[in-house]
Amino acid sequence: MAGINATRLVKEYPGGVRGVDEVDVEIIDGEFFALLGPSGCGKTTLLRSIAGLEAISSGQLIIGDRDVTDAEPGARGVAMVFQDYALFPHMDVADNIAYPLRIKRVKRDERRATAERVGDGLSLQGLIERRPGQLSGGQQQRVALARAVATRPDVLLLDEPLSNLDARLRLEARTFLKELQRDLGVTTVFVTHDQAEALALADRIAVMKAGKLQQIGTPREVFQRPNNTFVAGFIGSNPMNLVPATVSAGSIAIGDGVSTALPPGTEDHVREGQAVVWGVRPEYLRWTTTEEPGAIAAEVSVVENLGASVLIAVNVDGHKLQVVVPEDHEPAPGDRGFVVPTGSKTLLFDAESTERIG
Amino acid sequence: MSTSTTTTPAGSAIAPRRRRADDVAGLGTARAGIFVAPALILIGLFLLFPAIWTIWLGMTDYRLTGLQAASPEFVGLDNYVEALTDPSFWNSLWLTLVFVVASGIVGQTLIGFALAWSVRNIHGWVKALIEGLVLAAWVIPASVASFLWLVLMDRRSGTLNGLLGTDGYAWLIEHPMEAIILFNIWVGTAFSMQLFSSALSAVPPSQIESAKMVGASGWQQLRDVIIPNIKGHILTNTLLITLWTFNTFTPYLVTAGGPNGKTEILSVYIYETAIPGGQLGLGAAISLIMLLINLVIALAYIRVSRGRKKA
Repeated sequence: MAGINATRLVKEYPGGVRGVDEVDVEIIDGEFFALLGPSGCGKTTLLRSIAGLEAISSGQLIIGDRDVTDAEPGARGVAMVFQDYALFPHMDVADNIAYPLRIKRVKRDERRATAERVGDGLSLQGLIERRPGQLSGGQQQRVALARAVATRPDVLLLDEPLSNLDARLRLEARTFLKELQRDLGVTTVFVTHDQAEALALADRIAVMKAGKLQQIGTPREVFQRPNNTFVAGFIGSNPMNLVPATVSAGSIAIGDGVSTALPPGTEDHVREGQAVVWGVRPEYLRWTTTEEPGAIAAEVSVVENLGASVLIAVNVDGHKLQVVVPEDHEPAPGDRGFVVPTGSKTLLFDAESTERIG
Repeated sequence: MSTSTTTTPAGSAIAPRRRRADDVAGLGTARAGIFVAPALILIGLFLLFPAIWTIWLGMTDYRLTGLQAASPEFVGLDNYVEALTDPSFWNSLWLTLVFVVASGIVGQTLIGFALAWSVRNIHGWVKALIEGLVLAAWVIPASVASFLWLVLMDRRSGTLNGLLGTDGYAWLIEHPMEAIILFNIWVGTAFSMQLFSSALSAVPPSQIESAKMVGASGWQQLRDVIIPNIKGHILTNTLLITLWTFNTFTPYLVTAGGPNGKTEILSVYIYETAIPGGQLGLGAAISLIMLLINLVIALAYIRVSRGRKKA
């Protein structure tokens, strides 16, 4: 078991493009860690750099207490599960699982026994003699996981572990992965572009954009206190409402005559006339038809059904805001009413730097 | 005439025809037949007829000149008996075997694979240059290629002698078999290289990386991931190379079967028998034997590849 410590890690491609740009990250021993970001943000490159499949251009990478910046992939105590599982089609499940042991010159009987034991632990009983082509996607993934953990690695790397599964199987696999990681206690880093997956699985999340780290924190931290507007907009199944505004007379002016209170704790960090972005999640806006203190007048433009709730888009003085409304209270398009923000859950960002204020 | 159309409602000329599943073009058998006829006639004229004609010729004492040229007589299987009891035929068959194994299976396949393997991670002009050079050997006409080799290995003022300082050494007389083997490798390696290049690029990178992650050496990656993944390509390549090398006539342009029949591979042996030797009937009989050997090779290949699919 080991932690991972990356210092000013850079992966530069010929031509000067940086896939990973000066990334500092410390992953604690036994942690379930997510690398999250849109495609092309460098999360997979960072994972492959940790694996040793990409040569690190500069910076330092320490796994456990060893500097592995230039170590061969096989000499890092790291196992990886690829997005396509990368099972060997010409070997049966047992041979696939035991392949790392074969490279380590473990005897055949022992390999077989280990393969069966690890396979059993991942509910692969009865499948041990099949070829990968005869398995379902979920089974293939478990074989890949079994192969990765068969050698008891210090670190387990997962590249988009759930993306090749269909929606129903994905939820099952999510629970399964979380249990497996807890049982093994192995330091696990996984890459995903799905914020819901990261929030559900990870102990901590690193949000990346264009090769740079945007924020590292627990799911709660990145959800509730995003460092900047990018993280705010990326995290959450319904993106946060980000409204350009100005600080005016101790409150936030959203438009002509429309204003709302400053989020708590920001009063001392803003100056009169400062251009800001007001952020509030659709879940923290309440729709009401009666005026009350702090209410903002709005007109409903679109209603989307989410099942147990409804997502409505409202127009506030030219700005579009999304609001989650519980079922049975949904308004119709064209209705006029008010949205009330939950004051303690609103955020304020600087318009220029996009950083959170306060 | 059987067409696949169903009765169309009166007055609706543009009603869609219903097509049979095996009649994609919607032509019907007769019209489709007319379209393929020219090709079939050509194939019949230039492939099927000569083949049947060869079978017939092989059972006559037909000669290029003389009495039997005017009125060949049917001799049954005499030509086959003569060929199979002639030690020079068996010698030629042995030379062919050596030639096929050394220049085709070992030389072209192994060197082709080695080249494909070593340029797989190279990009840009270096790769283009290597591939271009290898391909050039393949695409230049056989007559030009053989002339190049004659010039290379010429006894007097040959390039090779010039390079090695062995003026006057007759490579084509001292080492004729080695010469045509090298010549054939040089000519044909491009095919294996190209085939293996595309096969290697089709091996999923993640499988190779999975092997790397567990510490597999280059050789182990080759053995456990690459070769199992390209088995089918290896088989196809071996079949094609075997057949092509078995049937090639180009070495004749370099050594003319000599000296003293030392490079008289089967195709050359047939030519020597039929044209300069004038024994067209015997030549035809040996041709048929050669065709049968080809068929055996192809059948063996089909067997192996079927067995592979089942496994």
